Amino acid sequence: MEQINVTIDGIQVSVPKDSTVLDAANAAGIYIPTLCHMPGHKPLGACRVCLVEIEGGRGALQASCSFPATDGMVVRTNTRRVHNARKAVVELMLSAHRQDCNACNRTLNCELQAIAKRLGIRENRFEGEMPKRIEDTSSPAIVRDSSKCILCRRCVEVCQNVQTVGTLFAVDRGFDTVIAPTAKKELAEAVCVACGQCVSACPVGALYEKNHIDRVWDAIADPDKHVIVQTAPAVRVAIGEEFGLPAGSRVTRKMVAGLRRVGFDKVFDTDFTADLTILEEGHEFLNRLTNGGVLPMLTSCSPGWINFIEYFYPELLPNLSTCKSPQQMFGALAKTYYAEKMGVDPSKIYSVSIMPCTAKKLEAGREEMSVVDGLSDVDAVLTTREAAQMMREAGVDFVNLPDEPFDEPLGISTGAAVIFGATGGVMEAALRTVYEVVTGQTLENVNFEAVRGLEGVKEATVKVGDIEAKVAVASGLSNARKLMDLVMEGKADYHFIEIMCCPGGCLGGGGQPIPTTDEIRKARMQAIYAEDEGLPIRKSHDNPAIKALYEEFLGEPNSHKAHKLLHTHYTPKALWPTDVPLDEVKSK
Amino acid sequence: MAFYRAHILVDSGTAAVLKGANAVRNTLIEEIKSRGLDKEIKVVETGALGLAGAVPAIVVYPEGVTYANVTVEDVPEIVEEHLLKGRRVQRLVYKDDTPAVVKAAGSARSAEMRVVLKNIGVIDPTSIDEYIAMSGYEALAKALTAMTPEDVIAEMKASGLNGRGGAGFPTGLKWEFTAKADGDIKYIVCNADEGEPGNFKDRLIMEGDPHQIIEGMVIAAYATGAQKGFIYIRGEYQQSVANTERAIDVAREMGLLGCDIMGSGLNFDIEVFKGAGAYICGEETALLASIEGFRGESRVKPPYPPTHGLFGKPTVINNVETLANVPHIIVNGAQWYSEIGTARSKGTKIFSPCGDVQYPGVYEVPFGSTLREVIFGMAGGIKSGKKFKAVLMGGPSGVLVGEDALDRRLCSEDLNPGAGALIVLDETKCVVDLIRNCAQFFLHESCGQCTPCREGTKRMVELFDWWAAGSGSEQDLMLADQLATTMALTSRCGLGQFAGVAFKSSISLFEDEYLAHLADKSCPAGVCDMDKVEEEVRA
Repeated sequence: MEQINVTIDGIQVSVPKDSTVLDAANAAGIYIPTLCHMPGHKPLGACRVCLVEIEGGRGALQASCSFPATDGMVVRTNTRRVHNARKAVVELMLSAHRQDCNACNRTLNCELQAIAKRLGIRENRFEGEMPKRIEDTSSPAIVRDSSKCILCRRCVEVCQNVQTVGTLFAVDRGFDTVIAPTAKKELAEAVCVACGQCVSACPVGALYEKNHIDRVWDAIADPDKHVIVQTAPAVRVAIGEEFGLPAGSRVTRKMVAGLRRVGFDKVFDTDFTADLTILEEGHEFLNRLTNGGVLPMLTSCSPGWINFIEYFYPELLPNLSTCKSPQQMFGALAKTYYAEKMGVDPSKIYSVSIMPCTAKKLEAGREEMSVVDGLSDVDAVLTTREAAQMMREAGVDFVNLPDEPFDEPLGISTGAAVIFGATGGVMEAALRTVYEVVTGQTLENVNFEAVRGLEGVKEATVKVGDIEAKVAVASGLSNARKLMDLVMEGKADYHFIEIMCCPGGCLGGGGQPIPTTDEIRKARMQAIYAEDEGLPIRKSHDNPAIKALYEEFLGEPNSHKAHKLLHTHYTPKALWPTDVPLDEVKSK
Repeated sequence: MAFYRAHILVDSGTAAVLKGANAVRNTLIEEIKSRGLDKEIKVVETGALGLAGAVPAIVVYPEGVTYANVTVEDVPEIVEEHLLKGRRVQRLVYKDDTPAVVKAAGSARSAEMRVVLKNIGVIDPTSIDEYIAMSGYEALAKALTAMTPEDVIAEMKASGLNGRGGAGFPTGLKWEFTAKADGDIKYIVCNADEGEPGNFKDRLIMEGDPHQIIEGMVIAAYATGAQKGFIYIRGEYQQSVANTERAIDVAREMGLLGCDIMGSGLNFDIEVFKGAGAYICGEETALLASIEGFRGESRVKPPYPPTHGLFGKPTVINNVETLANVPHIIVNGAQWYSEIGTARSKGTKIFSPCGDVQYPGVYEVPFGSTLREVIFGMAGGIKSGKKFKAVLMGGPSGVLVGEDALDRRLCSEDLNPGAGALIVLDETKCVVDLIRNCAQFFLHESCGQCTPCREGTKRMVELFDWWAAGSGSEQDLMLADQLATTMALTSRCGLGQFAGVAFKSSISLFEDEYLAHLADKSCPAGVCDMDKVEEEVRA
């Protein structure tokens, strides 16, 4: 691309023609504070923090995030006028921001706090009446607190354009503006898939997960409870960030040690049931393929995706695998297989999961997720951030923890399971198993590179015996929508599609450490594949604990018992409150 | 075609209708009929005549006598005396003379020059025949048959016509940007949102002479290669919507809109889009967002609408008055037009003096006329014998000027007229009260997108509320100045950038009055209630 020359604070840089002034400043190594800006997204220019002076401009300062750089442009960022303006804008922002910073879940990881410090704000000239506060705790997954909101609209951008769900947008105007669902409904009444990408995008504490920490502390403190914990694949490559380690640090065994110190009786691995998912889902797929079942089959591990398809593509629910997610398979086994094996009354077992996800909180609360009458399969769901917080509260010195292994048997897993944490991982793990089941031959190269990477939609054709299996993988719901539209139009001849709700897969989930950027996603992804490489067993069907589970308890994949415990069905949801059945609405 | 010995124009503008113009019209028709005069006298509804405070009003032609504040009870007398016996009903005649706006161009006041308003109050706005009889659509015919699109743009550039919505961007240049922009489809959008308080000139044009706008838009479409037009009219302007839509339908029936206009091969059609009352939608990019179905909020500029406008396509956005000037330039030539006005402000400008003037209304004068000529020469000066104090130029987003500005010339070289509102204050008005009122307007209308406008408009109102309640301090003046400066420098669009302009312009002009409020806790004009308890007001 054509290059242009821009001078910023006397430093000349050459940048591509379509750069903004902010891009050019970054290239020149000059820091400009930003709040509403998200790299890779259309600039909004709403917060007005990134102001700069453009020589020859008409007097007003310009928002560097949205102002195009032009050849020969001279920009100043370090002037008294710029300092004063930025400071005044942040003071105005703070004048409508409830500053109970110590009680805020984002304190010390708050972009507004950091900018206020950086700009040297010591007083606020513009204090006055605060906007009316809306605190919405209706959702099982996400809490909204408008008193913290700075109306940067980053959540709106991800909700509308990355996830194409459109739950959140600006309602009312001027000083009364709030970011809310339509007609200022509560989240629980709105169409929200609970993915938590809004939480990830929030620079302040206006959006955060529903707290499950207290109930877990209560359970741990209860001598009658046997408290077990499962950890999702993507947590182990991200939780280190909460303790200052660089993104992509592999801290699986420190995490296990940390959770033991928190006080869990057993530390197990969701990877165990990820392997189990492959067995169940793989056989379901082969069954559909050979017996004329509904294709393409869609994966069902990601609860945000499940919510999405229930709302937006209910016609495609028959395509969805009937397998529960690994979290819920684990929960079901914890209160049956594990209870039996340990000789513990299921009602005494308190089952906790640590997930990179906010939608998992909603999933655990679904009515159908109860295999023992009156008990939830999963009692509490902690995000990666909450798990780290519990460790902090417990006084754990995470960085200096020793390495410890998971408990057996529900802690034994394979490389195929850990890659569930990255987009394409479920597909790759399934192919590793399906190939060997169908051909009876050993798969030498287990790496299916075509389904790896951060690209939104990936496809591949894999020869499995006589079958040319056509597969597709999407992460981020806008990408899922593209594939589903093709399926709806009958233009997709895929056999098997993996969908992950969040961009990059679970490693970029709404429960992961903040921030999550593409750079961070890449680092976490590398760590996931390194974990896979480092494990002795890399195919789910070779997991000895899974073999034992079938021998001792389930029989065979897709057996009657397996169906009862590990499979479920999902139901269409209306996009608007209505008593009219969906079919009727659509026919009108 | 039937011939009538007299025509009666009934002002059916929104304000007049609210005050009973429809009942007056109906009674008039009945009275005329009951006296058997209905074959001799025709009653015609027209748009607002620009007699802001004196409606319902009617004009009787051929005499051109205007009756103001007419009630249903007055109608029999007017019919009996004037129409039957030929004697004027003196007690109802508008300021014992005809308001400038309804006079024929030749007899207008010396300083007034009616180009855009020449048909207003003269023709029946629902009749395309009357428009055509006044040389309507001659400009379009000339453009389509005798000029290339490049000729039209060259003519527009040579005329020196600048936008009349307040910002004053050169119209020809704007058209040229769109003409040169790549786009499979292009749009012409007429900004008829007219939301700035004190402005009511565009309404008058739409209600009284809507074909002028249509003609201007078709010429713009020819010049730029646009296929589709929108007229974005503020929702409250029901009469404007009705008259404009009717004119569009008639023009389409006559082949002046739609496919193959005048056999030239030009395809262009226009749709009226009703705004929902948000001031921000008068900002051009927010207006586009509104048409596209989005929340009315400004968009990032650049890129600008001429290249990236409606639905991302090249789009010309012009104000009503701007477009209404176009046919006159094309017919009479750029040379003629550029001789009117001043070096940098060409042509005429419509002003709408209101507030404490004797004859609020709409007056068209050449650029370069003085403020005094408009306020005292046309609007009759201050009413009730009071003294002049100040004028808010263009509305709440304009500057406040005092007596020393009266002899300044209204043009971009001297005193910028904005969109044309002149909100006049007499000596009994309080500056703090006025500024507080303006601030409240902006607080109400801020879209809430950018920080300085959203929070700044609130803090501004709080400060002025405190001052008007006796809770101000001298330091506040500097604080408010800093706030206004911040908003001007940092806001995302014109709304926030101009929200503090009136205040800033008033500080040095009325410093004593501010200090009286802040230091002495007194309101010299006696308007503000200064006795509120300080703790209650300023928590």
